[in-house]
Amino acid sequence: MEAQVKLEPAANPPYRLPPRLFDARCKACWFAAAVLVLVVASFWSLDLQWAQFLSLDAARAMGRFVAEFFPPDTSPAFLRQVAIGTWETLAMSALGTLLAAAAGLLLALPASRLHDGHAALARSPTRLLLNALRAIPELVWAALLLIAAGLGPFAGTLALALHTTGVLGRLFAEAIENAPPGPGAALRAQGVGNVRVFLYATLPQVLPQLVSYTLYRWENNIRAAAVLGVVGAGGLGQLLTFHMGLFHMNKTATVLGAMLLLVAIVDALSYGARRWLTR
Amino acid sequence: MKLRLEQAAARHPAAAVNAAPALQPLDLDVAAGEQLAVIGPSGAGKTTLLHVLACALPPAAGRLQLDGIDPWSLPRPQLQALRGQLFLAPQVPPLPPRQRVVTSVLAGRLPSMGLARSLRSLFYPHDIPAAHAALESFDLAEKLFERVDRLSGGERQRVGLARALLSPARLWLVDEPLSALDPTRSRQALATLVRVARERGVTLIGTLHQVEMALAHFPRIIGLREGRLVFDLPAAQVTRDRLQRLYAQHEHELQGTVPTPPAVAEPPAPQPVVMHCR
Amino acid sequence: MSNAALRAPARDPAWLGRVFWLSAAAVLLWPLFVATEFQPWLLFAPQNTRVTGQFLATFLPPEVSAEFLGMVAREAWRTVAIATAGMTLALVVAIPLTLLSTRVLSVSALSGRMARGPFWLRQALRWTLIVLRSVPELVWALVFVRVVGLGPTAGVLAIALTYGGMLGKVYGEILESGETHATETLLRNGGSRLQAFFYGLLPTNAAELTSYTVYRWECAIRSSVVLGFVGAGGLGQQMDNSMKMFKGGEVLSMLVVFVLLVALADRVSAGLRRSLG
Repeated sequence: MEAQVKLEPAANPPYRLPPRLFDARCKACWFAAAVLVLVVASFWSLDLQWAQFLSLDAARAMGRFVAEFFPPDTSPAFLRQVAIGTWETLAMSALGTLLAAAAGLLLALPASRLHDGHAALARSPTRLLLNALRAIPELVWAALLLIAAGLGPFAGTLALALHTTGVLGRLFAEAIENAPPGPGAALRAQGVGNVRVFLYATLPQVLPQLVSYTLYRWENNIRAAAVLGVVGAGGLGQLLTFHMGLFHMNKTATVLGAMLLLVAIVDALSYGARRWLTR
Repeated sequence: MKLRLEQAAARHPAAAVNAAPALQPLDLDVAAGEQLAVIGPSGAGKTTLLHVLACALPPAAGRLQLDGIDPWSLPRPQLQALRGQLFLAPQVPPLPPRQRVVTSVLAGRLPSMGLARSLRSLFYPHDIPAAHAALESFDLAEKLFERVDRLSGGERQRVGLARALLSPARLWLVDEPLSALDPTRSRQALATLVRVARERGVTLIGTLHQVEMALAHFPRIIGLREGRLVFDLPAAQVTRDRLQRLYAQHEHELQGTVPTPPAVAEPPAPQPVVMHCR
Repeated sequence: MSNAALRAPARDPAWLGRVFWLSAAAVLLWPLFVATEFQPWLLFAPQNTRVTGQFLATFLPPEVSAEFLGMVAREAWRTVAIATAGMTLALVVAIPLTLLSTRVLSVSALSGRMARGPFWLRQALRWTLIVLRSVPELVWALVFVRVVGLGPTAGVLAIALTYGGMLGKVYGEILESGETHATETLLRNGGSRLQAFFYGLLPTNAAELTSYTVYRWECAIRSSVVLGFVGAGGLGQQMDNSMKMFKGGEVLSMLVVFVLLVALADRVSAGLRRSLG
């Protein structure tokens, strides 16, 4: 005797090919729909001055505006000012990164689990601190620190150092946790404490990686340092806002050129240093 | 240091709960200053035994006693102090690749150095003559200031053994000390270990795959197979017959082909990760 | 043993080198401290501590009145909207530039070396992408604020240009490092470049491209807060206003909202990237 087989209708019955454009079961459909809704809502809620930007008048105004940038001011007196600003920006980024590397290393120790079975009680609070430092952008730190440290590159250096400590602290902690455990385990078997195990076994292994991260972060920080001056933290950014405010567009063009050149030089130095380290 | 195992069993730290223990309950009694070798086919639990004796692995059953004290009943600070009295040399030399040999060797003395001295030693090695002498016994004196990753596998293994000479330990536990060494060097290294251990009255326990070497240098031999103690005899009483039975189905290991130790993985070249937002 | 000790080296050969490099570093470090006017004791000078103390005192209690929170919520939405609109325009910039500059869609390269004309065109477009992403978005925002005035338009345009450059570069890398066999075959069999893209490149790399775009959108949210400090609207501009008025309570509330917003965007982005595979 044949068993009664109940036939379920197919999820996508053949006569309905191709599948519907929007299927409630398909996650990608929901994702696409959400993106579409978000984009439309964004454009609609912002009141963007398209007419002002896209009209012929605007194009001509833009053209005139751009023309004011050329020729860039290359008088020796101004070039000297730009050179001082460049040096200030370079110093800000280098010192900020170095301070952050030191502070990041100090904070990375409590923020990492040094070996299996390490209670690491300070891990969560320290990671929270590092995340908080990291979450706030450098410019916001600079704006806050200007009140305590006054105008000038000191506030900028501190702002860079604080933000970068959060970034490097977390990266260092991850590198420490992923270091090969063998040398540390041998020292721990001899009863050596955590600090000395770190100095004699873990640090020698992860040091090249830490230096590499620091150099890579310097590349980011030179860009950040260049613009921190916009809120008054010294360097090329301050020169830029000053002359833009007075509509000295050819001086502004020189400063912009100096910024691009500085960023390119630091990128090349950092890349070269990283290549040299891993030779 | 004298030690005693009473029906001690141990399982691998990563083993499943129902899996058979790596070391079945066994009894062992070692007097202070005694020297013995542990032999057996691979998977016999030799390394596990050493880890139990080194207080790196708590016994799952039974008891361990070092100098009459059960280390696992001690409070943490005293357990750490006790650990300073013993030295475990793993099969893979535990040396950070970019460290210099002099610092790596002097690290063996860390249990008896204070924090300030340890820190100073990182910048300027505090006892170069001692490190030199230790390396000299293993014929490596000229490599004193070399970087560890510039040494060959055999040289690294000998540096790992030289560490023992500098440690304040009274118990030396060496795991496969000859795996990367050629026969001549093996004889020299083993002879040095045995001689210095005897001079200092240090208890020496080594696991070895080279059975001839074990019989030649150690007065007492322990045979393990699949976690069980098969025999515990003076070297003279270990006959060919007993060895055949110990290594049944693993004859190639008896002939001398040693399973190669796992290669020291070099850390990959540091890649800057795609960092947050740039 | 004793003549071994006699032959032992008396000093560490690396010591002199280390002392030299440390001294050199200290010498180089000093001008850095001078150039950045690094005077940490200034932080503790009496007038500074007084001002800082007063400012910090205003931080607590944080401002949580309903009207203020409503404003913050609106501005937070505006920040997200600026980021989204900016990313959309960045895609409008990046996608054509990527398609035009990628080597994978080169017909002349199918038969050996790429022809000179197309090669230089592709190089020129790559240089455009590099210029677009080298100028910091804050600088673009400053320029656009001059042209179109204060408000979100400047921020949207600044993000569009900078992120267009970044997206273009990474899209190019993704397309070129992925599986190109299918695309090449389509081109060899006479398909047009766009057909090869839609039938070959896009399906192969869609997951990775989308994943990176979502990750960049999350970065755009942080950028749009920073751009607010130069007048591009959103949470950043409100924070700037509150700071200038020394209203620490408002600043604290907005900082908390900002951190939560970024954490939320991070979760959403990570979840999306995970489900995209």
